[in-house]
Amino acid sequence: MALVLTEDQELLAKTALDFVRTHSPVSRVRALRDSQDPIGFSRELWKQMAELGWVGILIPEAYGGAGMGLADLIVVLEALGRHLAPEPFLSTVLLGGQLLTLAGTEAQKQAWLPGIVAGETILTVAYQEAHSRYNLQRVSTKAEPDGTSWRLSGEKIQVPDGQTADALIVSARTSGEPTDPTGLTLFLIPRDAPGLTITPQYRVDSRPVALVSLADVRVEPANVIGPVGEGLPLLSQVVDRATIGLCAEMLGGMSQIFDNTLAYLKTRQQFGVLIGTFQALKHRAARLFMEIELARSAVMAAARAADAGDPQWIALVSLAKARCSDAYILAANEGIQMHGGIGMTDEHDAGFYLKRARVAEMTFGDAAWHRERWARLHGY
Amino acid sequence: MADLETFRAETRKWLLAHAPASLRGMVLGLGEGNWGGRKATYPNPDMKVWLEVMAERGWTAPEWPTQYGGGGLTKDEAKILREELAALKLPPPLVGFGLTMIGPILLEYGTEEQKREHLPKIVRGEIRWCQGYSEPGAGSDLASLQTRAVRQGDYFVINGQKIWTSYANLSDWMFLLVRTDPTAEKHRGITFLLMDMASPGVEVRPIKLISGSSPFCETFLTDVLVPVKNVVGKINEGWTIAKALLNHERTMIASAFGTGTGRRRTLREFARKYLECDGERLADTALRHRMAQYEMDALAFKLTTDRARDAATAGLPPGPESSMFKIYGTELNQRRQELLVSIAGPQALGWEGPGFAEEELALTRDWLRSRGNTIEGGTSEIQLNIIAKRVLGLPD
Repeated sequence: MALVLTEDQELLAKTALDFVRTHSPVSRVRALRDSQDPIGFSRELWKQMAELGWVGILIPEAYGGAGMGLADLIVVLEALGRHLAPEPFLSTVLLGGQLLTLAGTEAQKQAWLPGIVAGETILTVAYQEAHSRYNLQRVSTKAEPDGTSWRLSGEKIQVPDGQTADALIVSARTSGEPTDPTGLTLFLIPRDAPGLTITPQYRVDSRPVALVSLADVRVEPANVIGPVGEGLPLLSQVVDRATIGLCAEMLGGMSQIFDNTLAYLKTRQQFGVLIGTFQALKHRAARLFMEIELARSAVMAAARAADAGDPQWIALVSLAKARCSDAYILAANEGIQMHGGIGMTDEHDAGFYLKRARVAEMTFGDAAWHRERWARLHGY
Repeated sequence: MADLETFRAETRKWLLAHAPASLRGMVLGLGEGNWGGRKATYPNPDMKVWLEVMAERGWTAPEWPTQYGGGGLTKDEAKILREELAALKLPPPLVGFGLTMIGPILLEYGTEEQKREHLPKIVRGEIRWCQGYSEPGAGSDLASLQTRAVRQGDYFVINGQKIWTSYANLSDWMFLLVRTDPTAEKHRGITFLLMDMASPGVEVRPIKLISGSSPFCETFLTDVLVPVKNVVGKINEGWTIAKALLNHERTMIASAFGTGTGRRRTLREFARKYLECDGERLADTALRHRMAQYEMDALAFKLTTDRARDAATAGLPPGPESSMFKIYGTELNQRRQELLVSIAGPQALGWEGPGFAEEELALTRDWLRSRGNTIEGGTSEIQLNIIAKRVLGLPD
């Protein structure tokens, strides 16, 4: 479990970086935002990423995937994060695909995983509610029994790729109070289910997310994922694994805005000299470099520990997310500051990184939340 | 791999047979341990036995070649030896600047005669070394050093003053930087020399620090004669060697401060002893968060040093990351000391005398001592300059 890339991973990283540089400049994200694109990503690029094998990296070979690990996937996600590529890895690969892979019945896997691997099916997980913050068990959406079926009512917020998802996996309460650790169940709901309303939400990072309301939506028993009432451990595990993927994206984003900032320090002149000669900026750049290096070690270690089933892996997820949350915001803030006036304009790319950094920070728990979890995990 | 497993089994067997039992589980504080040298003292006589049996095999310097007294082990074997020592909770048989600084430099740049003369004595702990770098007028700007060396036949005559010479009062030899060409640009005209501290004209005065201890000295050099054969590398080209040695020094400081040597008690044990608890949890949420943040940053740092080591093992070229490790490792130690003081509260305020446990007095002194960590061995600001220039390529 060495903290270095294997030759295959090096190659994968290079391929992904070349692909992103050629096909996914940040201007593409800007255009998607400016046109309020109803999909919010490129189906064509998604298909190409699937053809390159990236979408199926985590999915078992029996369903057309590669059956590889997070340590492999993160090198791709880091490259995509460099240019803020909005393709639906988080919803479809890290959340939906992982939930089905870990807990789906054979029939459920056969029905959904091959379509995901092919880049044709979009699947998401609706886990967040208006007041749940980072607490996965704070769920008010209710599932009432209806014969052998269930009827779901409630509202989910900021569901990633909700508008385009072919199906949503929804966490709902089959018993207990809104904060109980037990009583949660996961339900798969096709997008055309009666009573399901999906409304686009516009977030600061302009990634596609949706408000999902459920009014008496009927779900067949065949579409329950995992055991009834025991959905929380499953959802937590998937979210922790997805957090590692998100951290890799953040690592890519912070590395790129840092590279852009360094390039500016080496070209921008004031007072007749390059601003990169100023010690006030040099020292901050050096500090930022250290923060990014420490974040990288944490992300690599978390991915390897999760792949190996090391019992420390959850603590390492908290370490990686806390570090990446702080470091990405810092890299973006410093990027804007060191670019000066141009950095605060919409015309410049720096703001896109700051906006994404803030959203990523508040996805799956911010730094303070993960430090608190670390303390709890270690008995204090 | 099978060979390595055999090596591991044999190593463990040998250690069990030869390591004095009284040393098992001994935890050394910073700066403690066998430093060797003619003035060495052994509060625990078994430490001397331990040094001798390990030196006999060359295992005080496991990776050095056997012809210079070293163990001749491969990287993998040396790693196994370290792991087995750790598993048996045995202290290192020998520490000091001979092993970590001048030894590696002589192996790379020394003449055959210098290697044969000095390396075996380092391995056996017979000679303790100190570092004559800083001067009153040359701290962070090391290359502006003024100590003069004037050639007279087969000797240099040295005049000048060194400062912050760690443990000069306990050392037998010094490696030092002197100016041999005052007309050259400041980075040129410097020469790297080896000097016997017993030479006439060497005077050492310890400096008392805010912690009350005196790990550093002033060293006055008046007409000291040093043979020309004691030059390492070429005359007037000592700066290259000086910098290479600084890399070794930074790595040593980073590993000493950042990775947990000298920790008698864990933070969590301390917290349980001094702080109120609300069930399992520490009631003071602010301290709880500081503790979590420290522990997480310390782990991220350890993982980063692991990553550098894994990259080296994989044959990737080393980066100038030792600068980063020096900054971060020393700042972590300072944060740890601050945190311990915060946790102990008023019990951390003792200087000496009744009402304070020995452990509490040590805490106070360690905290004060730690303020020097980000200054000695190159200030954090100098390390940031090095990162900005060599890693980030920012202009001068």
